[in-house]
Amino acid sequence: MMRRLRKITPFQVALVTSFTALAAFMSLPIIFILNHAFKPQNELFLFPPRFLVQNPTLRNLESLLLHASNATVPFTRYLFNSMIVVVLTLVCVILVSTMAGYVLAKNKFHFKQLVLSLITLSLMFAPETVGIPRYLIISGLGINNTYFGHILPALASPVAVFMLIGFISQIPGEVLEAAKIDGASQVGIFTRIVLPLSMPAVATISIFTFQGVWGDVETSTLFMQEETMRTMAFYVNSLLSGLQNSVAGQNMAAAAALLIFVPNLIIFLLFQRKVLETMVHSGIK
Amino acid sequence: MKIELSPGLPQRRRSSAIRLKWNQFWLQIWRDRVSYLFLAPFLICFLLFIVIPVIMAGLLGFTSYDGFGVPRFVGLENYIVMFTQDIIFLTKAIPNTFLFALIVGPGGYILSFLFAWLIHQLPIKIRDYYTLAFYAPSMAGGVALSVVWIAAFSGDRVGYVNNFLLDMGWIDSPIIWLQDKKYLLNIMIIVSLWTSFSVGFLSMLAGLQTVNRELYEAGRIDGISSRLQEVFYITLPSMRPQMLFSAVMAIVGTLKAGGISTQLTGMAITPSYAGHLVINHIDDYAFIRFELGYASAVSVILLIISFFAMRFAYRLFGSKEEL
Repeated sequence: MMRRLRKITPFQVALVTSFTALAAFMSLPIIFILNHAFKPQNELFLFPPRFLVQNPTLRNLESLLLHASNATVPFTRYLFNSMIVVVLTLVCVILVSTMAGYVLAKNKFHFKQLVLSLITLSLMFAPETVGIPRYLIISGLGINNTYFGHILPALASPVAVFMLIGFISQIPGEVLEAAKIDGASQVGIFTRIVLPLSMPAVATISIFTFQGVWGDVETSTLFMQEETMRTMAFYVNSLLSGLQNSVAGQNMAAAAALLIFVPNLIIFLLFQRKVLETMVHSGIK
Repeated sequence: MKIELSPGLPQRRRSSAIRLKWNQFWLQIWRDRVSYLFLAPFLICFLLFIVIPVIMAGLLGFTSYDGFGVPRFVGLENYIVMFTQDIIFLTKAIPNTFLFALIVGPGGYILSFLFAWLIHQLPIKIRDYYTLAFYAPSMAGGVALSVVWIAAFSGDRVGYVNNFLLDMGWIDSPIIWLQDKKYLLNIMIIVSLWTSFSVGFLSMLAGLQTVNRELYEAGRIDGISSRLQEVFYITLPSMRPQMLFSAVMAIVGTLKAGGISTQLTGMAITPSYAGHLVINHIDDYAFIRFELGYASAVSVILLIISFFAMRFAYRLFGSKEEL
């Protein structure tokens, strides 16, 4: 309240202006992606290079969608794989992590402390560091070249569970007790009370999971040997590796970057509002 | 066998006490079965893809293994070789990683807080746009952004950076940014800083919202005069959990970064190892040379480094959780 009553000083105006300039500078890569994807071939290699597109065209997207790697696997197959994987992973991660987060936050049972400290410890875990054993396990389970190979590793998401534990612990115990007295079962409490109340946290982990899975190349590189099972991010990455010194493929890479970025943006915009709104208005502390 | 009755009695009583406890334990497990059931899907994946791989990496680190035969136990040889003979590891991977991590980790972290705090000072209506502007690069992810970096740092006059510098007259001829060992690591650092406003940044933003506003009023009465004091005495202590969380995220993000050099140069091994990080070293030995045992040993070292970095962060923020 006090803040609103403060007078706006020239210093503050200068601060906001320079901060705006900084924000604009930081988002240059994004503006670039948006423009680059719609540039016709001749503008991609114009000299002097232009940042903004002059004559936008959909040619790049078109040639990307019709393109097939090694003339065997069409781009749409990668796109399809990515969509299947990301949808299934999102649903499973939300369900699995909220369930785990709920019991770890609210229930008492043996080995709970052990699991909790393992999760805290594994926050520092980066899958990239132990790619080899993960590969061995995936082949041991025989789930390479299946969608399980994409989805199951993503379910082990200590960050998601950690966030949910933190959020669900803030739900007052009395609410759950009251429900229990009213005769609700554990499953009932979970689906009717915990899940709806932890929607902001669910939205947050959805954003991160989506980003992680949509842009992930590790599972496709290590666990998928068949080209038909690999995802779009992998395909785009392989397009890029020849890009440094060559002209061919620039247009497709630009369009592909857009395709990777836009869904991320949409899902973030969808949930950002929700996250901020609910965090401000929900009275749970 | 003849056993006297009296000494036998306490023993039986003790064993029955143990059995009673054992039964009770199982009864409690059975009572909490729903909890275990809820936890099971996560726990199984967690064990399979995180705990067991880490243990396996630890074990494989003591072996020589090519991925096809049977791992051969070699004791500490991998580690001895790593610290005495692996020149690339000692002179390139380790110093590069330290330089990279020390700038990108703390640097990105401090910038994240600074920007989150500045955004929080803005009116609520326009906060979202600023959040998006800072968050978008990390959201786009490495793969999408490398298109941008490749175009920006292109080695000819068509590259945006070269073009800009030539126009300003700061350089005379285009610089081959991504192939030059003088510049590669610096570019990697800049690019990583650009994308360091990720989970931790959002967590800080959320944390700033949770700070009790009345504390600021109280602080003003108690003689806090400047914004800087407010930040140090009220804001930071109030959002300690979020600060710690984003510190951990910053550490992980920094130590696992390695794909960036490959994405920038298009090569698994960067020119003269200029951008060679420990992660690249692991990939080199694992997937190019197929010395999985040695690669695992290197990854164990990386895990140990990140463990101590995390421990440091926990100490720094005085967490109750001992690590």
